[in-house]
Amino acid sequence: MTETTGGIDMDEDTSGVVKKFLYVNRKAPYGTIYALESLEVVLIAAAFDQDVSLAFLDDGVYQIVKGQHTKPIDVKNFSPTYRALEGYDIEKLYVEKESMEERGLTDKDFLVPVQVVGRAEMADLMEQQDVVLTF
Amino acid sequence: MVSAAGGGTIRSPRVRERLSWGRSAKAFGLARVRDINDTLTLQGELMKFGILVNEGPYTHQASDTAYLFAKAVLEKGHTIHRVFFYHDGVHNSSNNTEPPQDDRHIVNRWTKLAQEHDIDLVVCVAAALRRGIKDNNLAEGFRISGLGQLIETGIQADRLVTFGD
Repeated sequence: MTETTGGIDMDEDTSGVVKKFLYVNRKAPYGTIYALESLEVVLIAAAFDQDVSLAFLDDGVYQIVKGQHTKPIDVKNFSPTYRALEGYDIEKLYVEKESMEERGLTDKDFLVPVQVVGRAEMADLMEQQDVVLTF
Repeated sequence: MVSAAGGGTIRSPRVRERLSWGRSAKAFGLARVRDINDTLTLQGELMKFGILVNEGPYTHQASDTAYLFAKAVLEKGHTIHRVFFYHDGVHNSSNNTEPPQDDRHIVNRWTKLAQEHDIDLVVCVAAALRRGIKDNNLAEGFRISGLGQLIETGIQADRLVTFGD
């Protein structure tokens, strides 16, 4: 990122480097595997002591909706895992207001505490990151 | 931040130093460097890229685009820290892949790129096992490892570029 590294030849040791990682979740929790595999990345990432945030946009807001019941479709309900994020010191969860409202949801519908931000603010949040991973 | 446009010369003293050691082609994985002057006239600053491939071959253009991007990166003199294959992207590493003769061989293309430029191709173990990719059907040039390798690339690379939906 800087003149001093020139983009090459940094030590492979990642200790001490803290980057801002944002995981952007845009897809419904079931129907595709993206949401589940995104959550797996987030959990692994927690071990790296990085500055982690999660954003929920579009149908991604459904990932953290309360009362998921997946038995009829024979898929594991992984939504309780989102509650475990706090234990990994991942506490910055953002929901895009427009996506939430378009789907008739309110901030009372989520199974974890979230910060609801407008589309413009979400763009600012993305702008501040070093690494944005969208799933 | 690194300037992507400007320049025409390499500003970083460390990069200059490296080049003056005469090991530029190998150090930067350059595909078409004829001599040191070619390297020094590259536009802008050299960067280290990470690449994430999230879709399988043929169904989706993500793997093709990632491959062409990787080649372009190398041709411009940049380096690739790692290519990480996740989600259905792990299918890019299956050595059972046999496309028709007149089509591109996406898997072999990655293998060749890795061998020619010493690039680390890493397949996520959890995603791979889910989809039947194991060491015994893993194409040459790939290795299976954990998601930590993706995070490490995010930390180490100047830019991490995602290909897929």
